[in-house]
Order: sequence, then structure tokens, then C-alpha cells
Amino acid sequence: MAGQRRTWDLGLQDAERLLQEAAGYKGESLWQDAWRRLKQDRGALWSLIFLAIFASISLLAPLLPLPSPIALDLQAEPQPPVLAFGDAGFDYEFETDDDYRLAYWELSWLDKRMVDARKAIFGDWQTGRWFGTDSKGRDLLSRIVWGSRTSILVSLAATLCSLLIGVTYGAFSGLMGGRIDNLMMRLVDIFYAIPFIFVVIFILTILSTDRSDLESEALVDKEKVFFLVIGAIYWLTMARVVRGQVLSPKNSEFIEAARALGASTPRILFVHVVPNVLSIVIVYLTLTIPAIMLFEAFLSFLGLGIEPPKVSWGLLAVDGTDAINPIKTFWWLVVFPAAAMGSTLLALNFLGDGLRDALDPKLRGK
Amino acid sequence: MIAFLLRRLMWFFVTAWIVVTVSFFLMRQVPGGPFSGERNLSPEIEANINAKYHLDWPAWKQYLHYVGPMNLDDKGVFGGDGSKPFGGVLTGDLGPSYKLRDFTVNDVIGQSLPISMLLGLVALMWALALGLTAGMVSALRPRTGLDFAVRLAATAGIALPNFVIAAFLIILFVFLIPLFPVAGWGTMKHMLLPGLALGAPRAAYIARLTRTGMLEVLSQDYIRTAVAKGLPNRLVLLRHALKGGLLPVVSYLGPMTAWILTGSLVIEKIFRIPGTGSHFVNAALNRDYTLAMGVTILFTVLVYGMNTLVDLAYTFLDPRIKLEES
Repeated sequence: MAGQRRTWDLGLQDAERLLQEAAGYKGESLWQDAWRRLKQDRGALWSLIFLAIFASISLLAPLLPLPSPIALDLQAEPQPPVLAFGDAGFDYEFETDDDYRLAYWELSWLDKRMVDARKAIFGDWQTGRWFGTDSKGRDLLSRIVWGSRTSILVSLAATLCSLLIGVTYGAFSGLMGGRIDNLMMRLVDIFYAIPFIFVVIFILTILSTDRSDLESEALVDKEKVFFLVIGAIYWLTMARVVRGQVLSPKNSEFIEAARALGASTPRILFVHVVPNVLSIVIVYLTLTIPAIMLFEAFLSFLGLGIEPPKVSWGLLAVDGTDAINPIKTFWWLVVFPAAAMGSTLLALNFLGDGLRDALDPKLRGK
Repeated sequence: MIAFLLRRLMWFFVTAWIVVTVSFFLMRQVPGGPFSGERNLSPEIEANINAKYHLDWPAWKQYLHYVGPMNLDDKGVFGGDGSKPFGGVLTGDLGPSYKLRDFTVNDVIGQSLPISMLLGLVALMWALALGLTAGMVSALRPRTGLDFAVRLAATAGIALPNFVIAAFLIILFVFLIPLFPVAGWGTMKHMLLPGLALGAPRAAYIARLTRTGMLEVLSQDYIRTAVAKGLPNRLVLLRHALKGGLLPVVSYLGPMTAWILTGSLVIEKIFRIPGTGSHFVNAALNRDYTLAMGVTILFTVLVYGMNTLVDLAYTFLDPRIKLEES
């Protein structure tokens, strides 16, 4: 008995040795672990690289020597793709704001500077019609690249909107618990049963009828309403997911400790609960963005989406389906926009699946 | 069970009331009525039209009249001369269509809903047939080329808008291999292609759900027991695995109804099918508010009913699940 007892008596030396040993261990945070496992998932990693490349192309679109996405070249029918290297057809001079509007549409300050830089670097040179032209003679490649900006912007903005509402609502509901939680979740159930798409179409048609009034009075343009409305539908699932995640750590010791230290509810919410919920939110985000892109396409199909002269992938896909006729197949009008959209959404889906596996605590350390 | 259904019914009325009220007052917010866009209406005629559709009433009265159950027509609440004492949404009367003259919303829905239902049914069958087969095949041969191909196709099916899928199908099966008519409605041949286009994204989703569900079930102890006691593989699959593996699919049927209804907006437009979806789109674009609202209410009812059915079906498939009492 005495011998056993001695092992529990740690001398100073033993304690120091133990400390040294502990210092030798390198802890791995959730994110390091997840990143390591994500790197092992080939599909997800390639998707990430692909998306990064696509995003940079889209971001730098004004800098690239592409033809104007709206310059009309009226011909009898869409021209098929050609493998010409390029020509010197970009003969725009950019001096006043109207000049930019000739070649593009309303651009932001940064975009205008990028256009200037492009003009300085490449001069009049522009790429050939590598993807062909659409039924109005506009360059398809340029439209796809410029359209990606709109589509990405719409989906990011709407996703952020849904994120903000959903996370706050779900976290609050889960944290309050009891009757308030019950009531708030019942409200979500009610919203779930509403076929929101119909309501959205309804709202958008109402908005599109008197857009000018709205714009002049409330400084709300249709695009912003568009983001808000889409975000307002997609927060429901987010709220549910977040609430579920909040409920599990809610009764755990570290929340209790924070409460005992006198932390206020908002502080507990944003400092302790939200980071815990973050992983599931990220996974959900990668899966919401594709859904919103599809929704944008759907609205464009109904003529309620982004308005010309701006382009989006949804509009391009609609143009493609409109050009189908039995006499002559303009395959490039269907194939290229569909490929751009499909591959992006495919990559996002793959990345989402990979992230879900990588962040799954059940698989941690494997 | 009765208590569950009653509670569901109560929440249904709350939901429907919110939908009706919000969309009704949104509609009233629009400056200019549904008829102000028409050209050269003399003020008298416009006033007449407004009076006919009660647009000259104050909003609350229009609302009460629209919701019902009392018919607030000019002749008084219990109007003497032949006017109906009851009306409005609560009695199932969705009012007159603003744009399709001489048609009530009920007429339009009555004509178009069977078409949309049939299309939805065909789409559902396509989705289930393709999705279940693909999902099971890929679950039974995990990590093979076949599995990979199925998963890729399923992800692609989810990643493309259904009108693009429809476009590919039309190019393939109408123009390149002339098997089907391009548009229209009437015969079985007209239904297959739109049904496939409508069902394809859902099939992709079902395939993924089936694969995950089956893989999870196949690793359970009771499956091992069934195999160990010498049950043939076929029976293990059909009698034990399938039931559990299909649970996620069943729970997806509720949202799927909603998706198929939504998708039908696009598909009906592409294939020129005179269903409820295309009526809704036209109504929304032409400011035919009563028709658009009627369809919205109808679809709310459908989706809600379907979700309740799915919850009931769940208890039969999985004895561990009880209907929640809250």
C-alpha cells in the first residue's frame, strides 16, 4: 500500500519533468485539424483551387483583355466559336463616365481604374471570339466572365444576409430556451410551410412595376431588395441548424463558467457560442451559395432577376435556352454558360461535402 | 394521433392566415390598381371596373370580403336579392380573376391543377425510379467506378438549373433523336420529357440520400445478424435494409413536393404546358393579383398537407419515432 501511495506523491522534479513533457506536445486546434484533413480530400482540394482561380478571374475581369460584354454586332445569327488569337477591336477611349457606360454599365470606381489599367497595358487588343457570340453578336466569353461577377456578388450578398439573420435568430432562440425558444422555433415552422418562392415572385413583380418610385424615394434599388428578399428566405434552415448547435454546448461547463463570471447574454452569445457554431455554418454556407445561384437563374428565367445591360449566369443560361430551335443548334450558347455555372456549383458542392467531413468532430484526429 | 392532427390543423390556419394577410396588404401597397396600366380607360369606366371588383372599398373591408366567410357585397351582409351570404377564401372561393375576364380563380385552378398534378406525378415517378436505383447501386458497390459515376451525375444534376437540363433534354431527345414532341400537352409522349426535366434534380438528390441512408443501415448490427443467420442477400436488402435506408428519402418527399411545384413554373413555361405554374407566372407578371394569390394559397395548402402526411408516414416506417406532442 505504501509503495502505491508514493507514486502519487509528486516531487518538484517530477512535476518539472511532467511540465516539460507537456510542452513537447503540440496541440491541434479544430481548424488546423480540419485543414489537414481537407488537404487529404482530393476532390475538395481541387474544388477549392478551381474556385479560387475562378474567383480571381471574376474579380479581375475589367483588367483582362476581353471584348466589351455589351457591344452589339448585329448579324443574322450567333457566330460559332473561332480560334483566332485576338484583334485590335477594343477601340474605346475612356475619358468621361459616359465612355465607360458605352463599353460596360455603371462601374464602381475600382472597376473603372482597372479598365484604365487594361487600356494602358493591352491598348486596343482584345481576345478573339473563343466562345462564339450570342444572338446579338456580343462576345460570349466576355459575358460569361462579367456575368460571373454578378452571380457571385448576388449569391455572396444574399448568403451573408441569410447568415446574419439565421445565426442571430437561431443562436438567440437556442440560448434563451424555454418558452421564447419554443415560440421562435414555432414561427420558423410556420415560415417553412409557406412556399416562399411564390411570395418572392409576388414581391418582385410588385417591386418591378414601380421601381422608379422606390428608387427615388427610398434609395432602394431592385438589386438590393433582391439580395434582401433571397436572404430572407434562406435564413430559416440556418436558424434551425444554428439553434441545434447552440443547444448542445449551451448546458456545458464553459457557458456556465462565463455566466458565473457575470458575462452578459450578448457577450456569451457572440464570444462563446458563435465560434462553436462556426464550423457547421461554414459547411452550410458552401451549400447555400449554389442554392442561391440556382435561384437567381430561376428568377432570371422568369424575367425577374438581374436586368440588362448587366449580365448574370442565370440570364446567359436563359439566353441559351431561348436560342434553341429545330433548324440550327447554337450549341455554344447552351454549353458554355451551363459549363461555367455547372462546374462552379459542382465545385462548391464538393467543397461543402469535403468541409463537412473535415469539420465532423466524430472523425477528428483520423 | 388525433391530437397531433388537430394541432397541425391549428398551425395550418395560422400559417394560411399569415400568407393571406401579408400578400393581401402587399398587393394593396402598390400604387395604381391592377387596371391602371390599361390604355385609355376613361375615368368613368375605370371607376366602374373598380366598383365591380370592390377596389373602391376601404382596405379593411376588401380584406374581410376577400377572407370571408361573410360576403360583404353591396346588398348587405345577408343580402336579399340572390347574392350569396357566404364567400371569400374561408369558403374556398378565391374570387374573380382580374385579367382573365369571365373566369374565377377557382375556374382557372380547376382547369390547370389536374395538368400540374399529372406532371408532378410523372416527375415524382422519374425522380424515385432514377434516384432510388442509382442510390442503391452506388451504396451496394461503394468506392467503385460505378459509385463514382453515379455520385458525379447526381452532383451535376443538383448543380444545374432545371431549365438548362430541359434544354439539353430537348436538344437530345427532340432534335437529335426525334423521340418526343417539343411542347404541348395531351398524350403520354408529351409528359415524359417535361417530367424527366422536372424530376432530374430531385432524382439526383434522392440518389444521394438513398446512398447515405443505405450505407448507414448496412453497417448496423441487425443487418449483420440477418446475414449471419443465413438470410439470402436479396431478402436482407428488401426486408431489412431498404426500410431503414429509405427514411431520409421519405422525409424528403415533403420538401420535394414544394420543389416540384416550384420547378413546374419553369418547366411548364418551357414546354408550353397549361398548368397552374404557368398561370401563376403569367398572373404575377400581368398583375392579376387574385389569381397569383389564389395559387400561392393553394400551394401553401398542398405543401403543408404533404408535410403532415410525411410526418405520419414516418411513424409507420420507423417505430422508434413518436409524433411529437409539443
